[in-house]
Amino acid sequence: MRRYSATNTAIYYSVLICLCILSLGPIILMLLTSLKLKVDIFNEVSTFIFMPTLSNYVSVINDPSLMRYLGNSLYVGLISTGLTLVMGCMAAYALVRFRFMGRDVVSLTTLLMRMVPPAVLTVPVFAIWTFQYGLSNNRHGLILIYVAINLPFVIWILQSFIQQVPIQLEEAARVDGANPFQTFFLVVLPIIKPGLAAAAIFTFRIAWNEFILALVLTNRATRTIPVNISLFLTEHNIDWGRLMAMGMLIAVPPIIFTFVASKQIITGMTAGAVKG
Amino acid sequence: MTPSRIFNRATPYLFLAPAAIVLVVALLYPIGYLTVASFFDWRMGTPFADSTFNGIDNYLWILKDPNFRESFGVTMTFAFTVVVLEMFVGVGLALLLERPIRGMSVFRTIFILPMMIAPIVVGLIWRYMYNPQFGILNKTLKEWGLPAIPWLSSPDWALPSVIIADIWQWTPFIFILSLAALQSLSKSALEAARIDGASEWQQIIHIKLPLMMPVLVVAALLRMIDAFKVLEVIFIMTNGGPGLSTEILSLQIYKTAFVSWELGRAAALSNFLLAIVLVITIAMFLYTKIRDARLAKAQAAAEAY
Repeated sequence: MRRYSATNTAIYYSVLICLCILSLGPIILMLLTSLKLKVDIFNEVSTFIFMPTLSNYVSVINDPSLMRYLGNSLYVGLISTGLTLVMGCMAAYALVRFRFMGRDVVSLTTLLMRMVPPAVLTVPVFAIWTFQYGLSNNRHGLILIYVAINLPFVIWILQSFIQQVPIQLEEAARVDGANPFQTFFLVVLPIIKPGLAAAAIFTFRIAWNEFILALVLTNRATRTIPVNISLFLTEHNIDWGRLMAMGMLIAVPPIIFTFVASKQIITGMTAGAVKG
Repeated sequence: MTPSRIFNRATPYLFLAPAAIVLVVALLYPIGYLTVASFFDWRMGTPFADSTFNGIDNYLWILKDPNFRESFGVTMTFAFTVVVLEMFVGVGLALLLERPIRGMSVFRTIFILPMMIAPIVVGLIWRYMYNPQFGILNKTLKEWGLPAIPWLSSPDWALPSVIIADIWQWTPFIFILSLAALQSLSKSALEAARIDGASEWQQIIHIKLPLMMPVLVVAALLRMIDAFKVLEVIFIMTNGGPGLSTEILSLQIYKTAFVSWELGRAAALSNFLLAIVLVITIAMFLYTKIRDARLAKAQAAAEAY
């Protein structure tokens, strides 16, 4: 074990704290701006001393159309997360336990689907949803595409969790007379709860944050919050305080998830790099 | 007796069916549709059935289009600059800060925040910070007596500004990955080097970096794929401008389809972007396969020994 001198440690922690400030600074700036009045925002001298006000938040919350978009975001996010998890863990289980398809084939297709840029999907998804499925301007259309883009990743992540479930447990359940579905829902699922939580956070965050597909697939009634924000960004006279309050509304759920489950998130993020 | 033998033959298909159906209906079919559509003269407002087949005209048109060439250049510059800088800064910081740390999990949590919040919000924050009059960057420059920088309004500065925002958001990804890789390095190799009198630098160059290489290559390729997927942050910050100075391919696809209403051409552009990302992805897959095979071999050799 090496020893570190006190000065060394001091320098070391100051570097770390500087990095934290760099990382958090812009987000804190958004928070502060959302608490400022217009006069304070347009003040050309930078100042950290101002009267904080909740007026931006009040105006956001009192706007019925905004609340509706918030509701749309929640609806789409929650339902697509639920569906993705159910379908994803069933598929992952089948792929791990039954081995009727080469594992290489599965992980390559998953990887391939994961890399598709969302912009590439805009044209066909817009056309198919509008002209063939009749799902344009409909929240369920958005749910369908979010489930599809999240499934590969969720299957991929859950596979590694399911592999760690001792097969003896399942065999014991079988011997006790459980059918495959019972084994899956009563034995396997409870064990992979941490994996499910990580997958849920990933899926919800992507659906909650997604912008370009929502822009193409929704209208005035079915819009999600990120789409609504983009419409407020005009060339001039941007109401920054109000926009930042909306930005905070979008940013808060992911920030909470990060603090609650940073370990799982990091595992999920690095899964692709650490093993294929 | 293995469960696979006990289980009913249909069960795996039942378990797979829902996911498979959704993936076919909502992902594979649209991508196939895209390939077909790229060979048609298809504009917004006409149903696809009424559009006319025009062979590879869309692709030829793209290749002749100076806007496409500029956008392609911007995309490549963006992707490579971002990956190279993030790798240098991220790996550098990891090497600098590698040691047992109290409270590391808190630091890590803070570092991943920029990646977790919506790209649209990241774009919003940076557009605000880059504001020429009351943005924090120019205000600070002014207080230090330095000239203001036309961050997003000058064609020369717009791309660097966009790159800075991406570096802010994604360097922590490389940093966290390299830190994890460093901490899992075999202690014995480092111990041996230290006993042999290797300096810090020699340890880094000859032991740490080579041993981290497998993780670093994959991290760089993953970041490269993501760099080609970027759209929202730039959409909000500059919308591709001024001129075409920040118009990356994904933004050009969106504009071709939903501003110029040229769906056929947008489909051809999409296929082009898809092909680039496909090549990187396959390279990454092959690399991990070879790496894992080598590792397995080395492990087998070690066990035999």
